[in-house]
Order: sequence, then structure tokens, then C-alpha cells
Amino acid sequence: MAEKVTRRPYVREVPRTRWFFRHPRYLRYMAREVTCLFIGAYTLLMVVGLHRLAQGRASWEAFLEMLRSPWSIAFHGLALGFSLYHTITWFNLTPKALPVQIGEGFLPDAVIAGAHYAVWALLSLILLKLAGAY
Amino acid sequence: MARSNKPIVWGPFAAGGTLTAFLTPALVILTLLAALGNVPEVLAYDRLHAIAAHWLGKAAFIAVIFLSLWSVAHRLRITLYDIGVRADTAVAVAVYSAAGLASIAAAVFLFRL
Amino acid sequence: MSERLVELEVLRYNPETDSKPHFQRYSVPCREEWVILDALNQIKETIDATLSYRWSCHMAVCGSCGMMINGEPKLACKSFVRNYDGVIRVEPLAHFPIERDLVTVIDDFMGKLARVRPYLIPREAKTVEQGEYRQTPEELKRYKQYTLCINCMLCYAACPEYGLIPKFIGPAAISMAHRYNLDSRDGGRELRQEEIAASEGVWECSFAGACSEVCPEHVDPAAALQQVKIASTIDWFKEHLMPWLKK
Repeated sequence: MAEKVTRRPYVREVPRTRWFFRHPRYLRYMAREVTCLFIGAYTLLMVVGLHRLAQGRASWEAFLEMLRSPWSIAFHGLALGFSLYHTITWFNLTPKALPVQIGEGFLPDAVIAGAHYAVWALLSLILLKLAGAY
Repeated sequence: MARSNKPIVWGPFAAGGTLTAFLTPALVILTLLAALGNVPEVLAYDRLHAIAAHWLGKAAFIAVIFLSLWSVAHRLRITLYDIGVRADTAVAVAVYSAAGLASIAAAVFLFRL
Repeated sequence: MSERLVELEVLRYNPETDSKPHFQRYSVPCREEWVILDALNQIKETIDATLSYRWSCHMAVCGSCGMMINGEPKLACKSFVRNYDGVIRVEPLAHFPIERDLVTVIDDFMGKLARVRPYLIPREAKTVEQGEYRQTPEELKRYKQYTLCINCMLCYAACPEYGLIPKFIGPAAISMAHRYNLDSRDGGRELRQEEIAASEGVWECSFAGACSEVCPEHVDPAAALQQVKIASTIDWFKEHLMPWLKK
């Protein structure tokens, strides 16, 4: 004798705006994502700088003066921290996207990421030297 | 199921993300040094003006600014969706337009040099 | 062999009598070497026979016993009681509707798995008389790790995008498509791209990487998805910028 089957699946809602507080890995993900705010703000600062540069010497000197304000220094500190976090997370994830097979093995993730770090360090040092930073 | 056209925005995002990973920290350090009172030679008006006046300099600035802003725009679009802003199309138009407009503005400033 | 009393707080739901799920506390005498699945079996056998849950192999190969243990997607047969302090919270796998107690409705995943055609579509069909499809060890290694998926769906429970966007095809299904796309014997990539290169395919992925962190078999679905994104992007640009390259 067949019995009537009552199915009433229960759907658990995901909190739309606070789901990432549920676990440290989601917080790390969001931290990585919000690096875009600081990199974006810094790039917009560059655009403003170009505007001042195009307006002439006095305008550019005023821009450099504005950079020396405490807010600017604080912003630069944050921008440096967040842009470094972007760099680190990006390089650490690159080996996942670009596996290199050699025979029956794969190039270790650390080698691929390590090569990125090495090139980044070298390029940064060269850029800073050419810029007269040291 | 039709293939998505996402690649057209994702390609520049990947390029921009890679570029900012390699370049942005060093750039921030340059202006940070200026902020701390130790202006690097390249940020002196004459030096920077000379670089930005050259067509190669212009091209480099535009490329760096456009790719950086595009990758930021794409990530912002996704982040807004992640925190509950559901109007993806409206957000996409807004962020990519902003990136495009700011890049065009940069180009305009550069061509005034 | 020592025993200790372990407190389990299990989410119960009876569709015939409950309007919503509720926790029920059990005090379970557990042996030192037990896993959570053993504790659940102990409950069912000696304390509360009404508790419902899926399990089969008890050795992390069948993928049946996925559930949330203290908020983390885990296989119940691979979660050792001795690694937990205090009250252990056991809930059904996240992001799936609850059928009853710890049993979830998995139809969504099953449908998506079928859509990606997770089987060999030979590049050149051979009859049995023509012999085997030959493959070098290097060709096998290329896709081997993606064959390890046991369809346990822990990755779907971990994926934040699947939680927010239910139509996302998801990590395991796309990794399975990738496994066949990488197989030298296979010629079905174009067909699979129709599903996985669609907007609810790989493009809903934001590379959070949670899927790979929870995968009990180290399949690394996040890697598969990024590789699919890159391949799909190259395809797209080739198709739109160099249409004369059509095969």
C-alpha cells in the first residue's frame, strides 16, 4: 500500500550583506576584493596629478604640497598596504591559473609564484632607482 | 545556453590586475616619498613634464591608468554584488563608464602637455 | 580504549511536522578513534532512530556524508571527534534545501552535472575492432587530479557565489567538464563550452578559492575554473578578432 509522500524542502536564506563574517576565509576574500578601492583611489590621484601637471609648474608644485598633508600620508600608508596585499594574493593565485606541466610532473606553485615575486622585486628596484628614489 | 561575452571585460581585468600587482606598490612608494618630504627626481616638474610630453610617456600613462582603473572597476562590480547590490547591469555600466571617462580625462590632460 | 561523552547539537527538520528546522542536543558516548559519522550512527542505533542522514562507504570515497560541522563543510566520515572541543554543531550541507534532518535536496547539482556532459566524447570514434584509445602517462597526468572528484558537494557549500547565485553551475560541475576537456581522447570541448562558458557557467566565479580549501580529495576546482576562464577568454578574442581562424 503506497503512502502519500510529503516533501516540503526548507530553504535556508544566505544573509545577503553579512555572509562574509561567517568564516575567516571569506573575510580574507573581501579584504582582497576591497584592495580595489585603494588602488582605484590611487590611480584617480594619478589622474588628478596629470591634470595639475598639464596646468603648469605652479599647479604641480601645489599638488606636491597637497601630498605632504597628514591625510595624504595616511592614505599612502593604507594604499601601500592594500596594494601589497593585492600583489601577494595575485601572485599566490597565478600558479593555479597557469599550470606548467613538465613530463609527468608540474612546476611547483612556489616556483611560479616565487618567479613573480623575484621579477616584481627587481622591476620595483629598477623603477625606484631610475626615478631617483635612492 | 549562449556563450557569455564576459571575456571582453575579463580580459582587460586580468591584464590590469597583473599590471597593478607588479607596478602599483612601487608607484605608491614614489608619491609616499614625496609626501614625506623627499621628492624623488622623477616627480620634479621638469623631469615629469619631459616624460609626459614624449609620446612614449603618454602611451605608458594612458595604458597604466586605463588598465588599472578597468581592473578596479571590474572588481568593484563583483564586490558590490557580493555585498547585496543586485542591479548588476546598472553597476556594470556605472563602473566601466567611470573607468573609461577617467582614462579619457587622463588622455586629455596628457595631450595638453 | 577510552570513551568520552561528546555533546552533538544536530539540526533537525521533519517536513511533515515542523514549520522550520531546530537544533536537538544529544550526549553521545564516543570512542577515541571515532568520526562524527560514528557518533551519528550511535545516535541512530541507541538514542534516536528518527535521525536521518546520508552515508555509505565510511572512507571518503563515495561523497555521501557531506555536512556542516561547526560551520565548516566536511565529510562526516573524515571528521575525527577528538579534533573537536565542546559542543559539536552538525547541520546539513549549506546552500542546499533541507529534505529532512541532515539530508539535502541535491537535484540542482545532479542536473548541473548532467548538463556539462561529464563523459568522454571521443575526438575520433573508434570501433572495438579498431583497438584502444592510447594515451601516454604525460597525457593522463594532465587531467588526473580532476578525476578525483567524489561529487560530495562540499565545494558548493563553501562557494559564496553559489550561495548568492543559485543558478551558478558551480565548482564541481565545471571541474568535471575541465577534466574531459583536458583529456587527449576527448573532442567534446566545443559542446561543453556552450554550458560552462555561459554567464551562469564559469563567469559567476570570483576566485574566492573556498571550494579548493574544503575539497577532501584535493581536486583544486578553483584552479580548474581559472583555467577555463583563460581558455574561454582566448577563445572569445580569437573568435571575435580573428574570425578567419574558424576551423
